[in-house]
Amino acid sequence: MVAGSATGRPAGDANDEPEGTQAMSEVEVLEAVKPESSPATRGGPNLSATTAPRARVVARDVHVYYGETHALKGIDLDIHKNEVVSFIGPSGCGKSTFLRCINRMNDVIEGCRVTGEITLDGQDIYARELDVVQLRARVGMVFQKPNPFPKSIYDNVAYGPRIHGLAGSKDVLDGIVEGSLKRAGLWNEVKDRLKEPGTGLSGGQQQRLCIARAIAVNPEVILMDEPCSALDPIATARIEELIDELRENFTIVIVTHSMQQAARVSQRTAFFHLGNLVEWGETEQIFTMPNDERTQGYITGRFG
Amino acid sequence: MLELVILALVVLGFIGFLTARRRVVAMAAESGVHSHSLPAYHGTFVALWVGLPALLLALAWLLLQDSVIDYLILAGLPEHITAGLDDARRSLVISEIRSIANGQVFGDPRPELVAAAARLKTWGSLAGWAMVATCAALGLLGLLLTRQRVHPDFRARHGVERILDVLMIACAVVAIVTTLGIVASLLFEAFRFFERIPLGEFLFGLNWEPQIAIRADQVAGHGAFGAVPVFLGTLLVAFIAMTFAVPVGLLAAIYLAQYSGPRLRTTVKPLLEILAGIPTVVYGFFAVLTVAPAMRAFGAAIGLDVAPNSALAAGGVMGIMIIPFISSLSDDALNAVPRSLRDGSYAMGATKAETIRQVLLPAALPGIMGGVLLALSRAIGETMIVVMAAGLIAKMTVNPLDSVTTVTVQIVTLLIGDTEFDNPKTLAAFALGLVLFLTTLGLNVIALRIVQKYREKYD
Ligand SMILES: Nc1ncnc2c1ncn2[C@@H]1O[C@H](COP(=O)(O)OP(=O)(O)O)[C@@H](O)[C@H]1O
Ligand SMILES: [Mg+2]
Repeated sequence: MVAGSATGRPAGDANDEPEGTQAMSEVEVLEAVKPESSPATRGGPNLSATTAPRARVVARDVHVYYGETHALKGIDLDIHKNEVVSFIGPSGCGKSTFLRCINRMNDVIEGCRVTGEITLDGQDIYARELDVVQLRARVGMVFQKPNPFPKSIYDNVAYGPRIHGLAGSKDVLDGIVEGSLKRAGLWNEVKDRLKEPGTGLSGGQQQRLCIARAIAVNPEVILMDEPCSALDPIATARIEELIDELRENFTIVIVTHSMQQAARVSQRTAFFHLGNLVEWGETEQIFTMPNDERTQGYITGRFG
Repeated sequence: MLELVILALVVLGFIGFLTARRRVVAMAAESGVHSHSLPAYHGTFVALWVGLPALLLALAWLLLQDSVIDYLILAGLPEHITAGLDDARRSLVISEIRSIANGQVFGDPRPELVAAAARLKTWGSLAGWAMVATCAALGLLGLLLTRQRVHPDFRARHGVERILDVLMIACAVVAIVTTLGIVASLLFEAFRFFERIPLGEFLFGLNWEPQIAIRADQVAGHGAFGAVPVFLGTLLVAFIAMTFAVPVGLLAAIYLAQYSGPRLRTTVKPLLEILAGIPTVVYGFFAVLTVAPAMRAFGAAIGLDVAPNSALAAGGVMGIMIIPFISSLSDDALNAVPRSLRDGSYAMGATKAETIRQVLLPAALPGIMGGVLLALSRAIGETMIVVMAAGLIAKMTVNPLDSVTTVTVQIVTLLIGDTEFDNPKTLAAFALGLVLFLTTLGLNVIALRIVQKYREKYD
């Protein structure tokens, strides 16, 4: 079931978690993370690891309501620096909703209400004084359907740097555009047609353009909501490779419906079900020996 | 008489429908085969064949009946009445006979005409009954012939489909033929105008004084048919209207699409569209009675000389009239920009205004342009407001405070009062109409092209 490329040791080890040992070696100050009691259904041993100082995004008791609909019911989750976390679960279980909490894109949805606490590097992102516009520059997003703006390839990538005033001169902007396209693995394909509209590219190229657009403002976290669901297998493989490379510089959260994809690209996996975060932990552990029978049922294809 | 025909056809058609339906059910049950089409299709097939041909015959009959009877009556009149009469006089005689037949007798009609009127009356009612009988017979024939075809194997479903196809094509053809007819008459009359006045003088002449004498006893000018000042006036008024309507309409659309809450939107949008429903004559007297005097008073107060029929008043009010076109179409265009683009921009950390300026407006621009062009062609063709609020004298000026005239105003004034259809004064109206038609047609075609192209992009 699990592809061999998944990294990390089996979580079934009787020993301590790898995260635990790493936590000891790091010297960052542990703060803003309250120790949580762990419900039995959740991967108990993992939770202690979540309080590691590496945690970049920390969510505590997050509830989301769309009008009367209670879409997320108390999510506690940590996302670590420079790792890929995948969210899996049946449709409608709240994966996208939680993703949108992290860059506050839920703000633009009418009737959506978020409670609980989410911090980015210790800073409460729902605090009154926080500037949403700046938060979104720090937390980039790639959508399910490639959505390049109806502008040239160059202008698409330059969009973020321009509105955030990151480039003082044309040369600097050129450099940012080139660098972002290179990092998104698109430079060679488009370097001669930067003035052509981004909408003229193929689906896979468009999605990489969207990734280039997102990384052009040098965010800390990149959120990807089923970024490959509209792409063919070759384009998908290309994006997966890219995600693996980007891990070096960014923290990545990816929603996916493909178990294989989760196993291939992510170090940790979180399984959502009906608005609950049922279980999360090392990707390999989730796929080989899940603690919860709902996870078991989902990954073996019995429901969802 | 037509109502009798329709009644007869409805009754026949109903009978045909019911019997055909019953018959095919019975036949299918008897032979044990499954009917190709539903029984109702067999019924509809028969009913359509009963009704349509007979109805068409009735319409054609009504169209021709009068001219045939007229011809027969004329031919039946004694020699001494019709001898040496031209066509116009003949038709006068016929109308006299008709009014006698209707009981409107003036003076002392000649006995021959009274006799002809009596004949006309009998023939009229005879023809009416003949029509009812023929149509009913044709309906019955249709019923009998198509009933033969009712059979479980008969593909009545396709038959009905084909009849409906033909019916719809016929309706479309009527619309197209009417349009072509209008264009053809416009072309024909304009051509006659250009036989008298050279095309070059009309298109490039700077002097427009079309009120020439039609009767010998009229005092009038010599006539000059240079249309440039008239078109200049139209352009000036339309330009004023657009400078007014485009910013207001566009900003209103942006507000509605992006800033207003759903409740405000659902009340304001219909309100804006009510503006489009106000009869233009109402705008006209708003312009004449309220706006123009107010502008004149204001101009006087700040020392400007404003004409009573200023282009500004007419154009401004026309601008108000076309605001809903622009705002409504722009709002649609903005809303048609996929939500994903908006989200993409927000997710990059753009503010609302940045998103509107950099993503929404460029993406919606073709749709907005389409709306603006449609509004412009509206403004150019608008008649009532300018007839009431703009001037009558053609002037070579672009001063908005001055009085100008427009193409539509000139067409109206040329066709009011004495007209004679081989006089350049009357024919000039057709030449103006032709140019106006070509202009608005061109604008509409471009606008629709743009809107269409833009639709393809996102669907
Ligand atoms: N904009 C919205 N308005 C109302 N309900 C929503 C909206 N978006 C999502 N939901 C509801 O929230 C729940 C979670 O949706 P979502 O986060 O999109 O699920 P997933 O991404 O896991 O498929 C679903 O029940 C869905 O119907
Ligand atoms: Mg989703």
